[in-house]
Amino acid sequence: MLKIDNLHVRVAGKEILKALSLEAKAGEVHAIMGPNGAGKSTLGNVLAGREGYEVTQGSVEYDGINLLELEPEERAAAGVFLAFQYPVEIPGVNNTYFLRSALNAQRKRRGEAELDSVQFLKRVREKLAVLHLKDELLHRAVNEGFSGGEKKRNEIFQMALLEPKLAVLDETDSGLDIDALKMVADGVNAMRDPSRAFIVITHYQRLLDYIVPDFVHVLADGRIVESGDKTLALKLEEHGYAWVAQRTVAGVG
Amino acid sequence: MSSAMLHSLLDEVESAKGPDWLKQVRVEARTRLLERGLPAARNEAWKYTPLRALESRGLRRVAADSQSVGVDPALYTLAGVDSPRLVFVDGALRRDLSDLPGVHGLAIESLGAALEGNAESLSASLGRSFDADAQVFARLNSALPGDGVVIRVAPGVKVEPLLHLVMLGNAGAADGYWQLRNVIELGEGSALRLIEHYAGGQGCTHLGNVVNQYSLKAGARLDLLQLQAAPDSMRLIRRSDAVLDADAHLEMRCVEAGAQWMRHDLAVALQGDRARLVSRGVFVLNGRQHADTRIDVSHRARDTACDLVWRGVADQRARGVFHGAITVCPGADGTDALLSNKNLLLSDQAEIDTQPVLEIHADEVKAAHGATVGQLDEKALFYLRSRGIDEAEARSLLTLAFCRIAFDSITNETLRSQLDAMLLERLPRAVLGGNAPQVAG
Repeated sequence: MLKIDNLHVRVAGKEILKALSLEAKAGEVHAIMGPNGAGKSTLGNVLAGREGYEVTQGSVEYDGINLLELEPEERAAAGVFLAFQYPVEIPGVNNTYFLRSALNAQRKRRGEAELDSVQFLKRVREKLAVLHLKDELLHRAVNEGFSGGEKKRNEIFQMALLEPKLAVLDETDSGLDIDALKMVADGVNAMRDPSRAFIVITHYQRLLDYIVPDFVHVLADGRIVESGDKTLALKLEEHGYAWVAQRTVAGVG
Repeated sequence: MSSAMLHSLLDEVESAKGPDWLKQVRVEARTRLLERGLPAARNEAWKYTPLRALESRGLRRVAADSQSVGVDPALYTLAGVDSPRLVFVDGALRRDLSDLPGVHGLAIESLGAALEGNAESLSASLGRSFDADAQVFARLNSALPGDGVVIRVAPGVKVEPLLHLVMLGNAGAADGYWQLRNVIELGEGSALRLIEHYAGGQGCTHLGNVVNQYSLKAGARLDLLQLQAAPDSMRLIRRSDAVLDADAHLEMRCVEAGAQWMRHDLAVALQGDRARLVSRGVFVLNGRQHADTRIDVSHRARDTACDLVWRGVADQRARGVFHGAITVCPGADGTDALLSNKNLLLSDQAEIDTQPVLEIHADEVKAAHGATVGQLDEKALFYLRSRGIDEAEARSLLTLAFCRIAFDSITNETLRSQLDAMLLERLPRAVLGGNAPQVAG
């Protein structure tokens, strides 16, 4: 589904991703771990199409197409979703209106029928229940006045509603207490599906107790330096990222 | 500075009818106008809105025989707003288009009729001299005979229906001039909700000159929406003067969604203790529109408060001007003043000039002000796009959201949606299909 090959990305003149390669197939959950500044969020932003991220080398193929050529909204319609590390507050834009516009814009672009408000609300209520979010959030402005935990849960709620094929979760666990963390994990697990892939970016192993990955990758200094199964996360937790750095240096030597 | 424009209008002053004191007011105003002319570019109050283009134009009063002209009902109706409605076309009352059911405690009459009755009761309002040269159009309004409305709410009466006052320029003679003088008086403890609706026929090139004088006695409350939706060919000058006694509350919203050239002077005197002004406003400009809002709030008593939040949006080659001045007079201790003005430039060639001014001559004052001019928040834009909303729609949505602060507290949902729609129409690439976006909250 997703094939990243030798990706080099510059941000504000500085090379952040250096020869990053990664392949994710439908049905898989990939965890990407790494120290601060390794380029984890850059990866998420590049996949979603944020401006200011200059790809200088390499390719990203998604479902057989060149993802990098698509506008952010085209990527969304094609099934790519980024759960933001810092969800944006948008005063004056009603949450329900926003969600319905987003969903229908995607459907329209895909040539599917738009949902009327009854169909839409039915779908909304189903998903709200999974995330234990209150109805009342729907009537507020997008993320405005939401607590940190509510913002993150709202991201996962949006994901559940939009039903992407490739979901990238950028440190969705940061700033969550254990209850919220479980709700987020429940939301993700409920969506695990043979036709869907997840890339879960996280700083800590904790989230992976609840969202059990098929693969764990360590991202350091702009590239994947180590890949393994879920046990790699436990080793990292035990030894810290310095351990990977040392092993890498040893490997090179 | 002599002015062809003024000369062209002032000829009729001496022959006009009315009580002696009013004739005197007109003659004095006329004399000063001819002496002083239009303010020069160096006049601080007109620095960003030069009058050169206007000065050389000969204007003609629009003839009163426009009474019989048909007017498109779309111009003077608003969804969600029924009667009572009062419609002025080209400066003259149109009884045939108005609908004024009797409301207990609410007296509405045309200025002309009021002057034939107890004219003395209007001498304070109409006799007001506009001393500063910057107030030249109010002076002109005083110099010329004309109509308008006198609205009086009896003490203690809380008027239930929303009053809709429409001021239209109808298409017709080029360079037509009309004016209105509205006097709105709220007795002690009374309450009124009023929409002032400025509009015009497509292609109308009139210059409308409106002076509104509001007087709120102790404990009175006026909820006022000034909706300016004149066609892009029209020029509109209005002055809104309010005097608030103790515990009076003026809740005012201004939506500027039209006119080729417009200037609004809003002057509010918080005269009595604990008087309070809440003012929200927005202008949305495109093409070569020019809008200038000048606010002057003076705190003249203890524990008075003002809360001003204004927004501006300019696209293409439009120019917006905002001047917000708050003066805290000696002795006005306990004043609480807040002014925020944020602006959005949607094009490289648009310009917005904003100037907040705070002048404090009292102790124990809480005052804050801020003004910004910027672009749409790129983070918010990307957020919306990442969810599938295309760029043009995302921009419209964010711009509209930015403007909504001016009217999102209006509880009439139908009216609010109509305001949404009016602004959306003025936004670039407004591609939102179907229903207008809902207001949050």
